[in-house]
Amino acid sequence: MTLLDVRNLGISFGGLRAVDNFEIQIKKGQLYGLIGPNGAGKTTVFNLLTGVYKPSDGKITLDGKNITGAATIDINKAGIARTFQNIRLFKDLSVLDNVKVGLHNQYSYSTITGILRLPKYFKVEKEMNEKAMELLKVFDLDKEADFLASNLPYGKQRKLEIARALATNPKLLLLDEPAAGMNPNETSELMDTIRFVRDNFDMTILLIEHDMKLVSGICEELTVLNFGQVLAKGKTAEVLNDPQVIKAYLGE
Amino acid sequence: MKTKMNLTKSTKSTLITVGIVVVAYIVMQILGGAGMLSSLMKGLLVPLCIYAIMAVSLNLTVGILGELSLGHAGFMCVGAFVSAFFSLYFKETMAAGPRFIIAIILGGVVAALSGLLIGIPVLRLRGDYLAIVTLAFGEIIKNIINVMYVGRDEQGIHFSMKDAYSMNLSSEGQILINGAQGITGTPNDSNFTVAAILLVLTLIIVLNLVNSRPGRAIMAIRDNRIAAESVGINITKFKLLAFSISAGLAGIAGVLYAHNLSILQAQPKNFGYNMSIMILVYVVLGGMGNIRGSLIASVILVLLPELMRQLNDYRMLIYSIVLIVMMIFNWSPKAKEFREKYSIKRLLGKKTEKGEA
Repeated sequence: MTLLDVRNLGISFGGLRAVDNFEIQIKKGQLYGLIGPNGAGKTTVFNLLTGVYKPSDGKITLDGKNITGAATIDINKAGIARTFQNIRLFKDLSVLDNVKVGLHNQYSYSTITGILRLPKYFKVEKEMNEKAMELLKVFDLDKEADFLASNLPYGKQRKLEIARALATNPKLLLLDEPAAGMNPNETSELMDTIRFVRDNFDMTILLIEHDMKLVSGICEELTVLNFGQVLAKGKTAEVLNDPQVIKAYLGE
Repeated sequence: MKTKMNLTKSTKSTLITVGIVVVAYIVMQILGGAGMLSSLMKGLLVPLCIYAIMAVSLNLTVGILGELSLGHAGFMCVGAFVSAFFSLYFKETMAAGPRFIIAIILGGVVAALSGLLIGIPVLRLRGDYLAIVTLAFGEIIKNIINVMYVGRDEQGIHFSMKDAYSMNLSSEGQILINGAQGITGTPNDSNFTVAAILLVLTLIIVLNLVNSRPGRAIMAIRDNRIAAESVGINITKFKLLAFSISAGLAGIAGVLYAHNLSILQAQPKNFGYNMSIMILVYVVLGGMGNIRGSLIASVILVLLPELMRQLNDYRMLIYSIVLIVMMIFNWSPKAKEFREKYSIKRLLGKKTEKGEA
């Protein structure tokens, strides 16, 4: 069953056609990779999918629902969560609170309840704490729950971003260069984590990555983007052996 | 276990902050009862609370929400005039107690609404627009009040923007707001006890807000707007929430201010730009986002110039030196190192947070 269906997506910034006629179909439970040279428009595609940019043309359908041109928060509520290429954590909040912000729309009480500390406040906060700790445990961050997010080492900050994205209870998780700046050990650990998330959270994952070891290791299908256009797509092994892809991106 | 610890940690911090106010209140009452307070000091007690409320409420906008407001005195002005008008209008017809309670609520609500009104267009924008607009708001409000004439006689309420004669009041009529001369004869309902209670309420409201779901959303917006949006937080809603609460609390400070004086005028010195900047100085020196810091900084910086009155011309010089020293002590890396090394927590044998990380 197709979870994300993108047809004929395009955006122009002035005279620059950043993304043109972009198509992608991702099935439920798939681990899908989006690769391409720097400046090919990969992050722009993520920004289009999450409503940061409004597409000039095309149609985005998530789980049968048309989300083309919707606001970022509505797209998140519809079920797309993301991480960022340059980490964007809430740096002055604790690790636990970062995840609890992610849980924002899963739990609710009114502002008045919070200010007056009515019983519902304590009940809901307790549930949020438990849920957040559960998520942190998955990413082996539970011991650092009280740390400020900015005090975490780099690799753990990346993990925290994924945990925060998962806290919003998405159907589709977008990871923007999750392995950037990681050493080989951290990368292989990250690969395990991504697989674990897919299997245990029943998640569909679309990721942008330059690390070919990670891409060939975990992605089932790939789309290659070059100059804003789809250069090739299909099964990972086939795409990586495509002469056009080798010429444009991998190098001969 | 860990989750429980977290709840009590924030509650504990709130209790300490509120405790400081309660202890200070009791000490002042004992000193006052024993006749050990000078009349200058007695006169300062209510203003101290007013400035502390202003600083704490401004910190909600500047430190917690991360938006710069340069017209906080404008909201104080709104609260002051609305409540003073109300109290004067019902001076003869209502008992002091309920009248003052309604005045406080009214002043707070109207100030919060004016904050909301300004916020709706401005807080949708990114950047420093709030600073520009609030700066203008503070000046505009002051000038509007200075040309407003309201009076009443047996025919009802009269209003003019020209002068007192244009209202055509009958000989029995009473002028309520007299343009630049402001409001005269507001009942003196403010006292130290009410002011201290309102300060405690302000602290509880702000601290409880910060440590709750909406508070986390507000701080998330401050730390990273794009990420906050990506996890489904309604940016405009929570910005408006924080800003109107902040404005409402400033309005309550205004109510206290108005009912502490018999003549209320909107002048540059009490509701002008300088006042807004002064409150901002308290917030910055106390630490942005640090509510307890705002409380302490405002008390020190209000007391200091008053206590140095006998030094005449030198007091502003010393005041500015204290500002600089406080700034260095709070923010310079070396001073931070020194404080960590000799912090009370550490001397008591507890690890500081930095030490653990």
